[in-house]
Amino acid sequence: MINFSNVCKRYESGQQALLDLSFDIEQGEIVFLTGHSGAGKSTLMKLIMLMERATTGQVVIAGRNVNRLRSGQVPFHRRQIGVVFQNHQLLFDRSVFENIALPLQIAGFQHREVGRRVRAALDKVGLLDKEKANPITLSGGEQQRVGIARAVVNKPPVLLADEPTGNLDPKLSAEIMNLFRQFNDVGVTIMIASHDLNLIQRLGRRVLTLANGQLIHDGVLQSAEMP
Amino acid sequence: MARGDNSAKHNSNKAQTTKVQPSKGAVQTKTSLRDRFRAYRGHHRASFSDSLSRLLRTPMQTLMTALVVAIALALPATLLVALGNIQQLGESWDASPKISVYLHLRASDEAISQLVQRLERLPEVRTIEYLSADKALQQFQQMSGFGDVIASLDSNPLPATLIVTPSATAIEPEALKLLGQKLAEEAIVDEVSLDMDWVRRLRELMVLGKKIVAALAGLLGLGVLLVIGNTVRLAIENRRDEIVVVKLVGGTDGYVRRPFLYTGAWYGFMGGVLACIIVAAGYLSLHSTVSNLAMLYQSDFSLQGLGLVKGSLLLGASTLIGLLGAWLAVGRHLAQIEP
Repeated sequence: MINFSNVCKRYESGQQALLDLSFDIEQGEIVFLTGHSGAGKSTLMKLIMLMERATTGQVVIAGRNVNRLRSGQVPFHRRQIGVVFQNHQLLFDRSVFENIALPLQIAGFQHREVGRRVRAALDKVGLLDKEKANPITLSGGEQQRVGIARAVVNKPPVLLADEPTGNLDPKLSAEIMNLFRQFNDVGVTIMIASHDLNLIQRLGRRVLTLANGQLIHDGVLQSAEMP
Repeated sequence: MARGDNSAKHNSNKAQTTKVQPSKGAVQTKTSLRDRFRAYRGHHRASFSDSLSRLLRTPMQTLMTALVVAIALALPATLLVALGNIQQLGESWDASPKISVYLHLRASDEAISQLVQRLERLPEVRTIEYLSADKALQQFQQMSGFGDVIASLDSNPLPATLIVTPSATAIEPEALKLLGQKLAEEAIVDEVSLDMDWVRRLRELMVLGKKIVAALAGLLGLGVLLVIGNTVRLAIENRRDEIVVVKLVGGTDGYVRRPFLYTGAWYGFMGGVLACIIVAAGYLSLHSTVSNLAMLYQSDFSLQGLGLVKGSLLLGASTLIGLLGAWLAVGRHLAQIEP
C-alpha cells in the first residue's frame, strides 16, 4: 500500500532529510514510525501526502507512483489519505460538525450523505453530543478525536497520524490508540509517527525507526532494542 | 532477528484483515460524475452566499472598500454622462447646418432663378432660401444697429445670398465641403461660406473629451483593480489556516480559489451599485435646474442620466474588475500558501 524504494529527500537548503529509504507497508497493516526529532519522520509523511516530493527514488501509494502525479492530481491523491495532526489543524471559526464535513464537501458528497457520514464518524470517536460545539471549547483529547473523525470521515484507505498522542496523558493516549486499532480492524492501512515508546512497545506492532534520515530498524520493538 | 518475527506478524495481520476488508476502502469514497457536478454547483452557490455574508459581517470595512471603488468609478461615469449631454446639446443645434452662398453683385435675376432651380434638383440640397440684395440690406439695417450708416450709402454693398440647407446625407463635414466646392464653381457665385466650423470644433472637442474620459476610466479602473486585489489578499491572509486545511484534505485549487473570486466580484458589484447611486444623485440634483434653464432658452433639452443600459454596463464592468482584481491576488498569493 505504501512502498518506498531508495527514496532520498534533500531540501533546497541542502539539508539531507531522508537517505536511501526503502520499505513496504501492506494493505491493512498498522505501522509505527519513530526516531529522534529531526530524524525524518515528518518528511516521510510529507512525501506520502505529496506536501514534498522525493529528490530521487520512488514513492508508490496504492499502486500509484506519486512522483509522477501532476500538481492538478495532488488533491485527488490526498483524498485517499486521512491525516491526523499533532496540533489537530481544526478550524475554530466553525462547529465540530462543519470541521468534519469539510473533506466530504470538498469531495462533492451530497448534503444528506455528508450529515450521515459525519454523525457516523462522530459516533465512532464518541463525540456525537458535541457536533454543534466549537472545537475551541473542547479538551485536548476531544480535539484530537475530532481530528481523527475528520481524517476517517471520507473512509480513506490510508491513515497517517503525526504524534497523535503527543499532548495527551497515558489514559487518553490508550483510548486514541484503541480507536486506530478499530479502524485498522476494518482494513485501513495506518502509519503513526510517535515518540511514545512505551505505548508502541505495549501494542507490539511493526515499528520503523529512523535516525538521521536512514532506516535503522524495521520490526517489532523489543525492550532491549529501545534506544 | 526482528525480521522473521515481523514477517510472521505481517501474515497474521493480513489473514486477519482480508476477511473484513471489503466493507471499507477506496471504493466507497468514489462519487459519481453527476454528484460531482452537483457538488460543484453547490460550492458555487455556497461561495456566492458565504462570501457575501462574510462581507456583511464586517459592514464598515466592506462599506469603506465599496465606497473607494464607487468614487473611483463614479468620476469617469459622471464625465461620460456630461459628455453625452453636451453632445446631445450640440446635435440639436447642428441639425441644420447652413451654407451661405454669396452671389456676384452684377448677377441678373434671371441667372439667379435658373441657378436656384438647378440647385434644387441636387440630391445634396434640401431647401434653398433666396435672400435678395435689398432684403439682405433690410435685415442688416434692422439687426446690426448700423442703420443710419447704411442709409447714407449710395448703392447697396450687399450681395444677393442663397442660404442652402443640405439634405441629411450631405451633413457630414466631408460631404458638406464637397457641396461647398460645387457651389463655388458656379459662374455667378462669388463666395461660399460654411457655417460648419464651430460644429466641427465641437465634434473634435467631443472626441478629445471621450479620449480623456477613456484614459481616466482606464486609470481609475486599474486603481479599483488594485484596491480590490489588495483587499482580497488580506482576506486570503486572514483565512490562511483554513486554506492549509482545505488543501490538506484534498481541496483543488479551484475549490480554494472560488470564495475569494466571489469576494472580489461582490466588492466590485457593491462599488458599482454605489457608483450608480452617486451618479443618480448628481443627476437628480441638477435635473430641475437644467430644465428651468432650458425652458428660459425655449429649448426642449433635458438632462440625460446614466440610463438603464449604461447603468447595467457600469455594474457589469465593476463586477468584472472586482473579479479580475481577486483573480490577480488569488493567483499570486494562494500558491504561496502550501501545507
